[in-house]
Amino acid sequence: MELYSLPLIIALPFVAGLAATLLPSDSRAPATWLACATTLACLALTLSLYPSVHGGGIVRQRFEWIPSLGLDVALRMDGFAWIFAALISGIGLLVVVYTRYYISPEDPVRRFHLFFLAFTGSMLGVVLAGNLILLVVFWELTSIFSFLLIGYWHHNQAARDGARMALTITAIGGLALLGGVLVVGHIVGSYDLDTVLASGDAIRNHDLYVPALLLILLGTLTKSAQFPFQFWLPNAMAAPTPVSAFLHSATMVKAGVFLMARLWPVLSGTPEWFLIVGLAGMISLVLGAYLAMFQQDLKGLLAYSTISHLGLITLLLSLGSPLAAVAAIFHMLNHATFKASLFMAAGIIDHETGTRDLRRLSGLFQYMPVTGTLAMVASAAMAGVPLLNGFLSKEMFFAEAVETHADSWLDTAAPYAAVLGSALAVTYSIRLIHSIFLGVPPESFPREPHEPPFWMGFPVMFLVVACLVVGIIPGLTIGPFLQVAVSSVLGAATPQYSLAVWHGFTLPLAMSAIALAAGTLLYLFAGGYLERAESQFLFGRIQGRRIFELVMVAISWRGARLVEQVFGTRRLQPQMHLLVAAAVAAAATPLFASGLGFGTYSGGRTDFAFAGLWAIGMVCAVAAAQRAKFHRLAALVLLGGTGLVTCLSFVWLSAPDLAATQLLVEIVTTVLILLGLRWLPKRSEALREPIGPLARARHFRDLTIAVVAGVGMTAISYAVMTRKPPDTIAHFFIEKAYSEGGGRNVVNVILVDFRGFDTLGEITVLGIVALTVFALLRRFRPAPDSIERPEQQRVQLSYDEAEPDRGAGATPAEYLYVPSVLVQWMFPVVIVLAAYLFLRGHDAPGGGFAAGVAMAAGFVLQYMAGGTVWVEDRLRILPVRWIGAGLLLAALTGAASMLVGDAFLTSYFRYVSLPLLGKLPMASATMFDLGVFSLVVGATVLMLIAIAHQSIRRLRAARLEEERQVVEESRQWN
Amino acid sequence: MELTLAVAIGVLTGSGVWLILRPRTYQLVIGLSLLSYAVNLFIFSMGRLRVGAAPVLGADGSGNPADFADPVPQALVLTAIVIGFATTALLLVVLIAARGLTGSDHVDGRESR
Repeated sequence: MELYSLPLIIALPFVAGLAATLLPSDSRAPATWLACATTLACLALTLSLYPSVHGGGIVRQRFEWIPSLGLDVALRMDGFAWIFAALISGIGLLVVVYTRYYISPEDPVRRFHLFFLAFTGSMLGVVLAGNLILLVVFWELTSIFSFLLIGYWHHNQAARDGARMALTITAIGGLALLGGVLVVGHIVGSYDLDTVLASGDAIRNHDLYVPALLLILLGTLTKSAQFPFQFWLPNAMAAPTPVSAFLHSATMVKAGVFLMARLWPVLSGTPEWFLIVGLAGMISLVLGAYLAMFQQDLKGLLAYSTISHLGLITLLLSLGSPLAAVAAIFHMLNHATFKASLFMAAGIIDHETGTRDLRRLSGLFQYMPVTGTLAMVASAAMAGVPLLNGFLSKEMFFAEAVETHADSWLDTAAPYAAVLGSALAVTYSIRLIHSIFLGVPPESFPREPHEPPFWMGFPVMFLVVACLVVGIIPGLTIGPFLQVAVSSVLGAATPQYSLAVWHGFTLPLAMSAIALAAGTLLYLFAGGYLERAESQFLFGRIQGRRIFELVMVAISWRGARLVEQVFGTRRLQPQMHLLVAAAVAAAATPLFASGLGFGTYSGGRTDFAFAGLWAIGMVCAVAAAQRAKFHRLAALVLLGGTGLVTCLSFVWLSAPDLAATQLLVEIVTTVLILLGLRWLPKRSEALREPIGPLARARHFRDLTIAVVAGVGMTAISYAVMTRKPPDTIAHFFIEKAYSEGGGRNVVNVILVDFRGFDTLGEITVLGIVALTVFALLRRFRPAPDSIERPEQQRVQLSYDEAEPDRGAGATPAEYLYVPSVLVQWMFPVVIVLAAYLFLRGHDAPGGGFAAGVAMAAGFVLQYMAGGTVWVEDRLRILPVRWIGAGLLLAALTGAASMLVGDAFLTSYFRYVSLPLLGKLPMASATMFDLGVFSLVVGATVLMLIAIAHQSIRRLRAARLEEERQVVEESRQWN
Repeated sequence: MELTLAVAIGVLTGSGVWLILRPRTYQLVIGLSLLSYAVNLFIFSMGRLRVGAAPVLGADGSGNPADFADPVPQALVLTAIVIGFATTALLLVVLIAARGLTGSDHVDGRESR
């Protein structure tokens, strides 16, 4: 059991989160129960591992991930990770219970639990990761899920902005952290946490120590909302309060200080560490507390207080002394306890009164004495009042601040900053309690407040009791657990420390007294001012948020536009020039470097018929290029000429499969482009005017590029063709085609057997393209001048309608009569041809591609000769089903081989004698080829029919419009 | 034989490149088709030219590799032909849809100044 506990602890929340999305959406209870059970199970699993970590043991679990890169899914739980896992799952459980009453039934509850549980899993992953890369992966996941949770009420602008800001800041930090971790991995030679933790000296003495430190600190300081990245946290308060209670007090912001403590043994103790971490911590401590005083929003006050308390922890970690690290870890736990309870109490107040504005709240104690009492105790813990847990860690903090650790002004300033920060904490704690619970209740609240349901208040009560118990008898409660956590971080350096409440009259006690007195006095004098202050004294104008937005606008809008203006173009032609020029340069560079020599190899003597054939082909190509502007149909015919010459070359040069396919594709391509011609504009006569010198210069430039490209291709292909072929893999295919693929047509065997997986990918592309064409045409809007019937149709139609004995459409039916009868008679012949091509494919030229295009051509011929309406009255082709069936058949044929234990798409074959047809190869590859056939039919027909349908769709729309007008006119008359 | 095909590939490439640098959408469609012929022939020619040596084995299924044309480029080109048709269709549809939206068959959706 213990073996699987670690992966279970991480995996359970993710699995349960996904399961929560499957629950019925109309009820909160099932999702809540699921989340409760999950967090409870995580907590129980964590607790069950206590015996294993108790004596300094480490539980490890390792799965191979990418061993060649040193990446393992290594999980590792020591005492420190254990206490964090217990904290996360424990507070997670309480928050889930609380959420049940907080989230209203109108909110999408399942989504909340999905994100919440996934976040819990990610957070547990961060603390249990035993590999630094894995840690970064979970770290990024917490950023993403916190983004989703902050933006949970996404109809709210503030929530969206706050979520985006949090993600931007923490994700930039995460990226930096990844960089830092990679540098550390480079220094140590391993990402394994055990190895890294054992290489402290190597890391600190390495040249790359400072870059690694900077990058890692960028990650941790952004995550823990430390100066100068603190501003995202207050803006994240737009999140639902349970999220704030969990993420922004107990877990996510703790990830930063967690990692700093985790890597404390290897990174700390240097002047750089002390300076950066200490400065960030000290400024956050004082500034956070200072700004917290001015907040009018209850959650805003708590957010700034969190920044301040995390600053305290950061400052402690900066000092580099083991005792300070003990105090830091202790304060992480204490802060999580009282801050989570305060956030939940804030949520209760908001929930009950409908407001969080400190100026509007007053005298609530009368209405909710229990919540009031709990909040008061928690605030006292936050302020560091004796007999509460906050007091203990703060005493340790004072003691450490007084100690001299380094000869630096920062160290000298530490005790003063500590007292100042604590005094301000006292002030804002008093302000919180005084303005909410004491005083005269206002005339009316947005809602009439009363005590919350028992289970909503229970999590607060539980945490507050924990604050009290830890504060009074620390040695008997938190003591052993703290010892386990501390000794797993500090190892042999674990100092002796005392958790007693009373240490006698010491300097730290005096500092506590001064802070308490000063804070109280400050509130007495400035409380009224704080209540009225619109913005913060001194710092009101400097807002991190404003700066962030300015930077974002500068980068993502102005900068992007500038870059686009300078380097970009929306015109296609310059892009094509660049593309072609780059291609020419890419081909030319190696040729210039190593020369281009022609060989003497030849596959056959020069045949004048072949040369004559290509003379025609080349004339066709050049003429098509010249005609494409004004004579579209002529260009299409000429293109077809080149295609036919290409096809004949394939016959000539021993590629019958290619020839067959090329010929058939030639047919459908021509039909396709013919159908498209209908929607192109009449060529404007203005374009015929003589061109100016500028255009002439452009033409000359393009002609030069084209000639260079053409000559280059000639040279390269001639150089290759005249060299003796090297040993290629061709002989493998030729030798094995029959013995292993069961077919004599090597090309077909390659397609459906040896390289079947490639073919599967290619037919998938074909299907996707066909569906894209179909989807694009569903919303197709032709240009106004293409909507009307073409001129020829109009003439025919008016003639038909003018004659009394002719109906509409009689003329085309007449002159297409012979072709349509012929094509109808041909239809079965085409089907037989397709079947023939298909069946012989494995042994002789043919196969699924050629047969599919032939079959499609058969269908399309019916459309052309009979007309769309006529065909669809008689035949429903359903091309999308052909595509689906083909893809399924091909994939299932491949999967079938897996049933017997072979690899995907391993083929099986034997020859079967059938009556009439004779001996036929029955390979499983034939089934695969059938899938190819079906898909090619479906895709080709879908594309052609989708374009062909546009003509009747337009007419239908026009007809409906006409009818509507007739109805309206008749209404006017009646 | 080799020279003929090499020149042909060059001419097709040149015509195709000239056309894809032009401003009208239809020129692009034709140009891309010409280019795909050229590329298919080029890939095909990488297996060297053989006359009368189709890669279809005898009745007993055995054969000396030296007697047959290289089947690998042929297999590559075969799917390329079909995919080429599909991409031509996609390009055509995008172009006529763009023409419907913008009213112009210029590649940029509006006449250049």
